[in-house]
Amino acid sequence: MITLIIPITELRAYQTARIVGLAGGHGFQSRLRTLGIREGKSITVQVSQPFGGPVVIEIDGRATTIGRRMARGILVEPQE
Amino acid sequence: MKKIVLMGNPNVGKSVVFSRLTGARVISSNYPGTTVDYFKGEMYLEKSRVEIIDAPGTYSRTPTNKAEEVAAEMLNEADIIINVVDATNLERNLYLTLELIETGKPLIIALNLWDEAQNTGIAIDYKALGTILGVNVVPTVALSGEGIKELCSNIGRATAGKSFAFARDEDKWIKIGAIIKQVQQVRHRHPTIRDRLTLASIMPVTGIPIAIGVILLSFWIVRLIGETLINTIFNPLFELYSPLITAFSQWLGPGLMQEILIGKLFDGEIDYVQSLGLLTTGLYVPIGMVLPYIVSFYFMLAILEDSGYLPRLATLSDCVFHKMGMHGHGIVPLFLGMGCNVPAILATRCLETRKQRFISATLVSISVPCMAQSAMIFGVLGPYGMRYIFIVFLVLVAVFLTIGLVLNHFVKGTSPELCLEIPPYRAPNPVVILKKTWMRVRGFLAEAIPYLFLGVLLVNLLFAIGFLEWIGTVFAPLTAGLLGLPKEATTALVMGFLRKDLAVGMLIPLGMTPEQLVIAVTMLAMYFPCVATFAVLFKELGIADLAKSTAVMVATSLLVGTVLRIILLGV
Repeated sequence: MITLIIPITELRAYQTARIVGLAGGHGFQSRLRTLGIREGKSITVQVSQPFGGPVVIEIDGRATTIGRRMARGILVEPQE
Repeated sequence: MKKIVLMGNPNVGKSVVFSRLTGARVISSNYPGTTVDYFKGEMYLEKSRVEIIDAPGTYSRTPTNKAEEVAAEMLNEADIIINVVDATNLERNLYLTLELIETGKPLIIALNLWDEAQNTGIAIDYKALGTILGVNVVPTVALSGEGIKELCSNIGRATAGKSFAFARDEDKWIKIGAIIKQVQQVRHRHPTIRDRLTLASIMPVTGIPIAIGVILLSFWIVRLIGETLINTIFNPLFELYSPLITAFSQWLGPGLMQEILIGKLFDGEIDYVQSLGLLTTGLYVPIGMVLPYIVSFYFMLAILEDSGYLPRLATLSDCVFHKMGMHGHGIVPLFLGMGCNVPAILATRCLETRKQRFISATLVSISVPCMAQSAMIFGVLGPYGMRYIFIVFLVLVAVFLTIGLVLNHFVKGTSPELCLEIPPYRAPNPVVILKKTWMRVRGFLAEAIPYLFLGVLLVNLLFAIGFLEWIGTVFAPLTAGLLGLPKEATTALVMGFLRKDLAVGMLIPLGMTPEQLVIAVTMLAMYFPCVATFAVLFKELGIADLAKSTAVMVATSLLVGTVLRIILLGV
């Protein structure tokens, strides 16, 4: 089976996905991880602000706002 | 003295734990990164006095902004660490906990927001957690004070914790995963009204109308409370004061002392706004005109902060702020600045880079009117109608956006993106709200009153020796030629450096047209911050950046003043 890996910016609103990788430097990766964004976690995108604005994601029932560029570095495998 | 340091992620109620332990008046807040200045207090621990420090919230020991740098420094000085952990978000919080254990210092965990965790269906075996980590874990509800006594009695028994020796960062997360599996059980729950409200306030379609509504409602409440305070407390007080001060004035008789303490008389009567005496205008303007609105403003701001609304506003406005080189966090200095610019400049520390801090501090200084400036704007233009006041605020908003865009283009450096946890909505605690309001009002009084007294004193002295007339003549080409104002207005502009609200009494007697007043008031709001703000800017930016910031302020205000003159007065 082919699994599709995409950045979370490509997800539909409320589509659940599993994080498979963080694309970026060491600092970027560890910063996201301390915010609870790390491999294996289930993630949903709640809202994408228009005009390239930030993305609001939800992990473990907790919402976090992150910039669009950072969001592009979060690679996921869509579920369902 | 032993040092106990409170460490924890942002927004876990650390400051409330602190205020419970010390009983001190501290600011705690539901907005990540508000605690940029740290707070110190003292408490008794087994009959000896210990120092207790509330460090800024941080996710890890590797700092990403100035506030987190402060936290890392404090950690080095700590004898005992109290790690405040959010029970509703254990997994994420444990990373810092493991890092703190690595320091080898004695540690105790306060598992805070325990009630919220239970309400949301999270069960944690805190004793097992303690055994795994080798430290004491005490469940607490800081807002109600539950568990604080137990926390206190356990501080002395803080232990160094088990050393896990992780080779890689990744191992830490694997360990955390294992711990969570062992000690935590989460019951699935359906989205609550609170979740829906959260969503509605961050979706642009519903969020922007909600934001506008919240802001308008807030200002309406600020005005309502402010006016009520004036009518029921401050005006009656000054009515009691009037006969006393009039008798004192008559007793003094004409002369230098009357000139300085009472000021000019109008038809033999004291005019609280225009007399400019130390005991008349010097008292009335800060206390009778500005203070009531300061109180109501900080009260409202505390409610917005502690309810958790500000991070939502930051999310919605991020896009606009990003175009100006900052990110959504920039809303915090902007809001604080409407009360007083001094704490606003301090709040720029929660922005990550020098570029962002420079832009934010400069914009706040130029175009965010503090309560004293707003009092001046309303005081001077109020009699001529809302139309003129509207023009001034419109200009300030336009300047904020334009200068922001321009500075983003020319200031060197990077602008990192927003990365912000959105806490759940929480009902603000009335005691905490009142404490916080009082803390900020006290800060305003300590800063504002001396400068105002000094300002009034200085105005009278400088007037007496003819200095003000001289400076008016020197700058006449600028004020008269460029801005189309009478040369006497220069005096008001110069004195505005000490206290902006002082200028009301100086502008009114000049008999200017409403259009001229709009120009004068806009200039006063923009050209320079007051001396207190200036001092903080120097501390935060350093001399070189302060010089640049000042150059931007002066250039912008002269440009805007000239344009306004052309539009309002004709060439």
